[in-house]
Amino acid sequence: MAGPSTGRPPRRSRALGSAAARLVFLGPGLGYLIVFLIVPLALVLSYTIFKRGRFGGVVYEATADNFGRLFDPLYLDIVISSVRTAALTTLIALLIGYPTAYVIALLPRRWKTIALIAIVMPFWTNFLIRVYAWIILLSGPGLVNNALTGIGLIDKPIQLLYNEGTIVTGLLYSYLPLMILPLYAAIERLDPQLREASANLGARPARTLLSVTLPLTVPGILTGCVFVFVPCLGNFVVPEILGGGRSIMAGNLIRDQFLKARDWPFGSTLALAVVAILIILLFLQAWVSRAYGGIEGRRA
Amino acid sequence: MPRRRMIYVPFWATYVFLYTPIIVLVVMSFNAGKSPYVFEGVSLKWYGELAGDETIRNGLINTLIVAVGATVLSTVLGTLLAVGMARHSRSRLLDALGLLPAILPDIVLGIGLLVFYVTVKMTLGLHSVILAHTVFGMAYVAAVVRTRLNHADTSLEEASRDLGASPLTTFTRITLPTLAPGIAAGALLAFTLSIDEFVIAFFTSAPTEPTLPIVIYSMVRFGVTPEINALATILLAVSFTVVIVAQRMTRLTESLS
Repeated sequence: MAGPSTGRPPRRSRALGSAAARLVFLGPGLGYLIVFLIVPLALVLSYTIFKRGRFGGVVYEATADNFGRLFDPLYLDIVISSVRTAALTTLIALLIGYPTAYVIALLPRRWKTIALIAIVMPFWTNFLIRVYAWIILLSGPGLVNNALTGIGLIDKPIQLLYNEGTIVTGLLYSYLPLMILPLYAAIERLDPQLREASANLGARPARTLLSVTLPLTVPGILTGCVFVFVPCLGNFVVPEILGGGRSIMAGNLIRDQFLKARDWPFGSTLALAVVAILIILLFLQAWVSRAYGGIEGRRA
Repeated sequence: MPRRRMIYVPFWATYVFLYTPIIVLVVMSFNAGKSPYVFEGVSLKWYGELAGDETIRNGLINTLIVAVGATVLSTVLGTLLAVGMARHSRSRLLDALGLLPAILPDIVLGIGLLVFYVTVKMTLGLHSVILAHTVFGMAYVAAVVRTRLNHADTSLEEASRDLGASPLTTFTRITLPTLAPGIAAGALLAFTLSIDEFVIAFFTSAPTEPTLPIVIYSMVRFGVTPEINALATILLAVSFTVVIVAQRMTRLTESLS
């Protein structure tokens, strides 16, 4: 079955040669992804232009109402405020995550592995339990209030739960490792000679960090930001458990359209909006990374 | 040098931030009292309560059924796909498709599958969660196995083909054994992710057959109970053991090869 090797490198052509082998290896996985990923996504996409069914589902009559409702202040405000919450979380994650990743990247090899495992470890524990832990910490009689009254910073317990700050804390706690890992990878990849050269030319460590390391790790920064921002936007558990159901985010809105309001077409439209934001961010990230690829290439 | 020390402040703050909640959960799980905030002495009371809780036990059984089912499906489909993508395809579209389940927000995959199941009139249950978890499980298995494939030496496979072995023989006798550590790592990843997965299960499960994360979700929503602390501690112990064992295994296979 091997095809003629003229024109192509022989190894490649032989590997690609057998159509039967391609079918056996690619067929099942590809078929599965088409049925359980592409078709469902296509259904969600098609739902955005139909009318809602009375008890969920859809009536196949075309309408543009769903997109119109996206701009209804009632929903638009929620989408905007969840973009703001997600952006704030991402910014804080970057501000804490960058120095952390920087220190880890400069640690001796043995400690580096341990430090990295310690960053990932909480990520392998149940997400809901990680969020729940913050109720114990932040509630009225909780640990944080006790500590604050203990050191005399406040007289009596203050309301720490159920506001935007709590939601940001919960989201940050959930997704901080997703910021640190790509940052670590980007800083680790940098040639240490660049830092040495900067130091030899008389730059202080802070100056080297700001003028050499930081600009060269912009692609890593963007990857980390996308990794944190996107799951924040679709999250409905943190706002519900730590936000007390008062301040809701885009994720809650989508969930409620499907399970409470039974308006599947509008829920689908909201989901499409989240995916659209994701796609824009991914393109932006790829575009900037490519622009920076030139700089890194020149270095070699 | 004091300026340089400044950078260690956020570094240590990160670890304090990541581990304080976990330590508090573990300590409070041994609390003798009912208060979730005041420690009143050491006891295993809540572990006893947990052991007798039928809802949690059922949730755990459901989760294990789903995780095993999804892991088996994910491992078979993901391994085949990885070999297919690395050796029999040059399509970048296919590469992107393989990564899609890992990038897509889980809520979108969740509602997509719910819509799909309803459209094809499939009843929801553990089977629908298994099929759903296979979508992302397969993507992760394929990614892990592919990394291993890209680093693997192709000369053995070529030798096998040159000696007249069929693609199937080459696959079962050469490729598969070489990939075994990667497949094991991918399967472990799919299993762990499935055990922990909440959002997709939330949309694709039947209310009568909740998985453990869904049970935890309904408990957490109704407030704080010390039983959850005990459950959290057990789950933490299991996760930590799995991560450490996986780490040791990788180091072992690395030193062997």
